[in-house]
Amino acid sequence: MMPPIEHVLVLALMLFCIGAVGVLVRRNIIFILLSLEFMMNACAMVFIAAGAKWGQPDGQIMFMLILAIAASEVAVALGIVIQMARRFRTLDVDAVSELRE
Amino acid sequence: MTALILFYAAGFVVLASAVLAITRTNASHALIYMVVALLAIAVIFFLLGSPFAAALQIVVYAGAIVVLFLFVVMMLNLGKSSVSRERALLTRGIWTVPSLLALVLFAVVLFALLSGDHEAGTQGRMIAPKEVGIALYTKYVLAVELAGVLLLAALVGAYHLGRRYLSDRREEEESS
Amino acid sequence: MSEVLWLVPTIPLLGSIILLCTEGRLPKLAVAVIGSGSVGLAAICALYVGTNVIGTGEWHYAETLWTWMAVGDFNPSITLYLDGLSLVMTGVITGVGFLIHLYATGYMWEEEGYSRFFAYMNLFVFAMLMLVLGDNLLTLFLGWEGVGLCSYLLIGFFHSDPANGYAARKAFVVTRVGDTLMALGLFLLFRELGTLEIQAALDSATIAWSDGSGINTAICLLLLGGAVGKSAQVPLQTWLPDAMAGPTPVSALIHAATMVTAGVYLIARMQDMFMLPGPAMHWVAFVGLVTLFISAFTALVQTDIKRILAFSTMSQIGYMFLALGVGAWSAGIFHLMTHAFFKALLFLASGSVILALHHEQDIFKMGGLWKKLKIPFASMLIGSLALAALPGTSGFFSKDAILLTAYQESSYGLLFWVGAASAAFMTSLYTTRMILITFFGEVKTEPHDHSRINMWGPLLVLCALSIGGGWLGFMVLASYMGDGGVPLEFHADAIALLTIGVPMIGILLGYLIWGNRAIPVDKLATSSVGQRLQRFFHGGWGFDWIYDRVIVNPFVRLAQVNKSDFVDLMFTSIASLTAGIHRIVTRTQTGELRWYATNMVVGLLLVVLIVIVQA
Repeated sequence: MMPPIEHVLVLALMLFCIGAVGVLVRRNIIFILLSLEFMMNACAMVFIAAGAKWGQPDGQIMFMLILAIAASEVAVALGIVIQMARRFRTLDVDAVSELRE
Repeated sequence: MTALILFYAAGFVVLASAVLAITRTNASHALIYMVVALLAIAVIFFLLGSPFAAALQIVVYAGAIVVLFLFVVMMLNLGKSSVSRERALLTRGIWTVPSLLALVLFAVVLFALLSGDHEAGTQGRMIAPKEVGIALYTKYVLAVELAGVLLLAALVGAYHLGRRYLSDRREEEESS
Repeated sequence: MSEVLWLVPTIPLLGSIILLCTEGRLPKLAVAVIGSGSVGLAAICALYVGTNVIGTGEWHYAETLWTWMAVGDFNPSITLYLDGLSLVMTGVITGVGFLIHLYATGYMWEEEGYSRFFAYMNLFVFAMLMLVLGDNLLTLFLGWEGVGLCSYLLIGFFHSDPANGYAARKAFVVTRVGDTLMALGLFLLFRELGTLEIQAALDSATIAWSDGSGINTAICLLLLGGAVGKSAQVPLQTWLPDAMAGPTPVSALIHAATMVTAGVYLIARMQDMFMLPGPAMHWVAFVGLVTLFISAFTALVQTDIKRILAFSTMSQIGYMFLALGVGAWSAGIFHLMTHAFFKALLFLASGSVILALHHEQDIFKMGGLWKKLKIPFASMLIGSLALAALPGTSGFFSKDAILLTAYQESSYGLLFWVGAASAAFMTSLYTTRMILITFFGEVKTEPHDHSRINMWGPLLVLCALSIGGGWLGFMVLASYMGDGGVPLEFHADAIALLTIGVPMIGILLGYLIWGNRAIPVDKLATSSVGQRLQRFFHGGWGFDWIYDRVIVNPFVRLAQVNKSDFVDLMFTSIASLTAGIHRIVTRTQTGELRWYATNMVVGLLLVVLIVIVQA
């Protein structure tokens, strides 16, 4: 017996909101990236649930694509983090606001 | 029945460790909580009849991505000073607006979720890795190619960003 | 027959392109060879094609080059069309044009912008050829505007003097009025007949409006408006005297021989439409009559030698219009041709005089020049005799034909004849005055003649044409013009004798006044009425004065009031609105990541809300 789909969706939604709060609250870029991962996992969970509901493999394939995106995103983002730490000597995103009008 | 109990337990673990992860001041601790959450999500995937996805979640997410995070954190050598700085940043007031926003978002989507009419329950079928593989390399072969290009681009980008340029080093030496 | 007609306009165009692209880096000799040689080659080609066309016995020949554009049913082609009329025009443009170019190689030798000058001149020849060779009105209009542009460029050729630029602008703007009327005429023609091809339009017009029609008259009058602007007829004549600011060869080529006769060409080309019942013909005749009368009087009191010739040109074109208006098509075109010969001769000869006197143009500062400047004097004399229409010269044949045909016109024949004859009298009078004051009497300025063969050679050729051109006209024209050519027989009645005698009386009177001073006119000239009259004539009967007050000054004042253009407000307000929004939106660009993320979450919330409300 499988868990009811609504509950999985609500769980994913909660996870997504927690991730969103993390992105908005934290100023350390490492934590922001970490929160982003939670949000992505929430999305992945929705896909898996949908795949399970309809008995199709497509949900898992979407999950794999999300995995690929997450891997690329993390690789590039962590490269940026390293550059940021080198140039600004801080991980505080509020301190790095040079891209403004 | 066991599956349901397992699901709610895993769900609780996911939410709890996620909350803990985003509230930590020490990055390494947060990452460990994140691993816990990811593993619990893998359990949920398994319960939803997707063993292949669960395995990938553990190997790639909990294994590779988090380890990458940990490498960076260690490389940047975030010590005690960073922990205290984080603590200073996380004042109580900073939580209110984002939390409210997230709550509203949660309420709205929940409303949408419950008001919609849809069949309850799942079909309860296990989707084997073989089926996933066949779909992946027939119907979604283009997506696979695109994912490959994306990963290549990320590889080049990460290499380029992570490199130490001569001018950077000189700057660093001057400033230190 | 090998198709070489396209070469006729193409060679001058090529010459112009070469000269424009080299930007004056070529040596002067090369410029001279290219500039005049291209027109000479075009003349040879024109001669070859012309003899071939005459040889075939069919009086027209068309050469389609390509389709210009295709818009629905409207697909004008670039087709060159040669018949008697355009052959005469082409001959004048390339033949006289070549002589003037040759002359200009000497005349302009010392001037700045030698290469630029010939580039414009060649471009002009190209445009003028397109005007006369185009088989549809669109090609004609292309050439029409092209010659207008070249006229503008060449009047303002000595652009360092602002007065020349003003004269160029005036010429451009005044002719633009006519061009607008003409364009309207073309629109109307196209709407009514659905074609701009000249032959097709004429054919369908004669069928559709055989009993006359208001629309036909309207089209004709609009086309007449264009012709009036281009040919400097009343009321759009004021630009031509000022156009003399250009170099003298330009005055000879553009403002005497070719461009200003484009209006005559246009009306002659569309003659089938003008001949349909309606008042159009009378309008043409009256425009010509008024112009020739007014400008003959004006020429009498001018002191600038080029302005005398300019007013004389206007009056001679008036004769052509009169001829067209009374139905003497071939006489009009014949006069166009002979006028091109003798007026080009007069301008070039006066150019030699002006050059010898270091750009002195006032005839009262000249005098006694005939001993020093023998060739210019002889040329000027011959040109003047032809202008005054003394028997035996080319001008005599054409003008005589016009006057006699005008007399035979049914409704206003006598009026036309009296006006034209009295103007002919004035013509001989002012011509005599010009010759006597310029070349006789005491020497006031010492001339320095340094003209070479390239300058006096064309003068001699044009002298020959001015005398013998009349006979040429009989040979070529008589056979194929619409009305069977110029009547050859001479009537021995009183009118005919008077027509011949009037210029002689004028010359005699002129000699008595300015030659041996037998008739004292100084008293008349110094009296208050005389002076006022003189000023009135001198100013071209006050047309400039009226236009300045009625049109130019109010317009200038309006422009001053509306300095910051209120139409611009529409566009500047859009710009400032955009800038204002930009200022507001840039506030959101804080560069802070969390601010952006918050906005994204809010946006997400809104999207979800919209989806829920929609569902």
